[in-house]
Amino acid sequence: MSRIKEFNLPDLGEGLTEGEILAWLVKVGDTIELNQPIVEVETAKAAVEIPAKWGGVVTRIFHEAGSVVEVGNPIIAIDTDPSAGPLPTSSGPAPETPVASPTPATSIASSASSASSASSASEGEVEAGLIGGPAPGGRTAVLVGYGPRTTTAKRRPRSGTATPFTTATTPTPPPAAAGGSQAATVAVPPAPVVQPAPPVVPPAPAVPNRTVQDPTVQVAVRVGPVLAKPPVRKLARDLGVDLATVAGTGPMGSVTREDVHRIAEGAKQTVTETPAPVTAPAITAAPVLDGAREQRIPVKGVRKLTAENMVASAFTAPHVTEFLTVDVTRSMKTLDKLKARPEFAETRISPLLLVAKAVLVAAKRHPMVNSTWSGGTGEIVVKDYVNLGIAAATERGLIVPNIKDAGRLTLRELADALNALVKTAKSGRTPPSDMSGGTLSITNVGVFGIDTGTPILPPGESAILAFGAIRPTPWVHKGKIKIRQVTTLGLSFDHRIIDGELGSRFLRDVGTFLEDPEAAMLRWA
Amino acid sequence: MAKGESVAGADIPAGGFVQLLTPDGERVDSVTTTDGTTYSVDFTDEEYRGLYRDLVTVRRLDTEAVALQRQGELGIWASLLGQEAAQVGSGRALRPQDMAFPTYREHGVLYTRGIDPIMPFGLFRGVDQGGWDPNEFKFNTYTIVIGSQTLHATGYAMGITMDGKIGSGDGEAVIAYFGDGATSQGEVNESFVWSGVFNAPIVFFCQNNQYAISEPLERQTRVPLYQRAGGYGFPGIRVDGNDVLASFAVTRQALDNARNGQGPTLIEAYTYRMGAHTSSDDPTRYRMAGEVEAWKAKDPISRLKTFLTKQKIGKKDFFAEVDADADKKALDLRERVLAMPDPQPVTIFDNVYPNGSPEVDAQRKAFVEYQASFEGSGH
Repeated sequence: MSRIKEFNLPDLGEGLTEGEILAWLVKVGDTIELNQPIVEVETAKAAVEIPAKWGGVVTRIFHEAGSVVEVGNPIIAIDTDPSAGPLPTSSGPAPETPVASPTPATSIASSASSASSASSASEGEVEAGLIGGPAPGGRTAVLVGYGPRTTTAKRRPRSGTATPFTTATTPTPPPAAAGGSQAATVAVPPAPVVQPAPPVVPPAPAVPNRTVQDPTVQVAVRVGPVLAKPPVRKLARDLGVDLATVAGTGPMGSVTREDVHRIAEGAKQTVTETPAPVTAPAITAAPVLDGAREQRIPVKGVRKLTAENMVASAFTAPHVTEFLTVDVTRSMKTLDKLKARPEFAETRISPLLLVAKAVLVAAKRHPMVNSTWSGGTGEIVVKDYVNLGIAAATERGLIVPNIKDAGRLTLRELADALNALVKTAKSGRTPPSDMSGGTLSITNVGVFGIDTGTPILPPGESAILAFGAIRPTPWVHKGKIKIRQVTTLGLSFDHRIIDGELGSRFLRDVGTFLEDPEAAMLRWA
Repeated sequence: MAKGESVAGADIPAGGFVQLLTPDGERVDSVTTTDGTTYSVDFTDEEYRGLYRDLVTVRRLDTEAVALQRQGELGIWASLLGQEAAQVGSGRALRPQDMAFPTYREHGVLYTRGIDPIMPFGLFRGVDQGGWDPNEFKFNTYTIVIGSQTLHATGYAMGITMDGKIGSGDGEAVIAYFGDGATSQGEVNESFVWSGVFNAPIVFFCQNNQYAISEPLERQTRVPLYQRAGGYGFPGIRVDGNDVLASFAVTRQALDNARNGQGPTLIEAYTYRMGAHTSSDDPTRYRMAGEVEAWKAKDPISRLKTFLTKQKIGKKDFFAEVDADADKKALDLRERVLAMPDPQPVTIFDNVYPNGSPEVDAQRKAFVEYQASFEGSGH
């Protein structure tokens, strides 16, 4: 342990970056005791006296009163064992060394800390750059702590194959040279840092083009740390981008996600399109081929919920989808008859009404279709009621409000409920209660002119019917080819609960109903 | 205040309080409030000296902690300077079975519970989360969120009742510490309501140090704080918080009332925070120097020292020995604080679930592997 210990200005509040020396209470040559007040420092929060961390003799005072000192920089040096005799000249300035010239503190910080780095014996036991150690020069103040380091990186290199930069063509640097960025250790020897360098120095002479993964491609050497948040660092690693080669556009020159994407894309473009050295464009003006022409939409609200529901459903319930093409000409005629009835005079009815009724009637004949897989309790919950969900496209996205206990409604009530549900959904005022508790659903893809689809089950439901567009179609009717109104039904069901036979019978019943609703009602309802 | 004078329970004027030792070191035999309760202490010389030693030691340890913070060894520190008597007096009034719920400033109470004073330093140094077993020490963890511990304390006290551990002189009681600022918090008022309605065996010990950080008392209340208790249906009393004897006597009585099944008491220990709210605060920006000087004259330690000297209970060599012993304890504390190991990053996964969880275990494993992927990994 060295006799001479330097005391660095600590963070006196919570997250302070600097302090102003108001007055020194001791001078070089003074003998001081532990906890004796040595200096008054004013920070953004308070003016405080700092007690000496060690007893001994003051050998050096780094900053005059009036200086503003960054947190982490040495302010005083103390010989903690003056009785041991005169100091060896190499271990630090002699006691009679005058106070450092009162130049602006920031420049002092640089030179003083460089000096202390060079004669590192003058600091306690703390390595330069570590907390409690002397501050390397040229650092940028940050809100909390001592700020990032600008000299040799202390970060240990990754071992083994974990890092994409370690390829077979890369000579592994000897451990002793492990300093600076990865790129630096490969392309150039770690430069001794004597002055703050610009964030990115010009690239080394171009090398033959290789893949992006090859570290020798990205030879730009950053002297100093790369500022980037951990997720950005991970992104860079995933994309094979050496952060040291990226000119950051974020706060304080930090590298942002966009910067990384830009370099990754730029490098790709360069690699695939031009055989020229990739270094220069990759660093400075990579052609902006995405960025401005990509829109980034935060995933939230209905979109987020939909995504979660769809993923949850698709990867928990084994889906089976069956199709049935049916002649719904008679349904259309029934609809016309209903429209002529006085009780339907004031309400709007559509084929969806009959599809809904068909599903309800069929569900009554096959109750297992209207059930939930309850994995937690190891049960299948079969419901005696149908909360009929209707998928609705709204401005906010897909929602599936449901009509509670739809099986108990008369046809007129069902028509009103459907209209109300769609109207509310379109206006974006569907209450959460309408969107929970669905047991069986219909998605009317026909309104988009689509024939059919393979819908994904809303979570907790075991069957969903896709109702396609109704088109005039040549159809074999009573032994002859006629133009008939034809549609395709698609039924997805949860194969954990519903076997192919049950699903087929249910879908067949829906089809039979739509082929002749009046007969089906007479026979089944 | 004259000897044996009677002060009104709920009607004493602002500033009036139970005091058994004046700032000049004069002993008041007893004080009787209008409800007929007489407060006094009957200490042996040894007990008097013990209290003095407590006061000096907790102040000295606190001073060392402030220095450690200024030297960059603690992230923050909340000094108890000026409040030693309120803490030592109330802390020494606790019986072993009583449970204390501190804020983050009750270093003196912690000390009187016989706890190693280094215990909370991990929290302030940022090397642990400040967790310990409250049941082992009968001392809950330091609570940073203002006032929330009063609800925890109320729940604990209600539990004592449910366990049937009240109703006798050996019953259990709870003491909840908080400051004047906390009385404006909903939690404190809720705990008053619950404790009052359920007659919980709890003592609310409010150290009124006159400032909620920078907010003076007159911005917290229009009535003396102890009078608030009346609205919740239990007694309130104000005590000279710079008087260790009165703080002891009033707290002991309130705790005994609680353990005997007579419900809660609010004690307002009228004191003064001589230092900053925390090491991040500069009190000169909102307090007049003259005010601090006036309170300096009421210092809890000097008045006891005067009393001990006058009564010849303590002599020069005793005081010197106490100082030296406190210095030794402070240096020992300093060395042990500096030697506290930094936590390993992987410890972040500890104490998430009492018996582990597959998900957390998997995360820990992945993190350990990630760390091991660096060359020269030591952990």
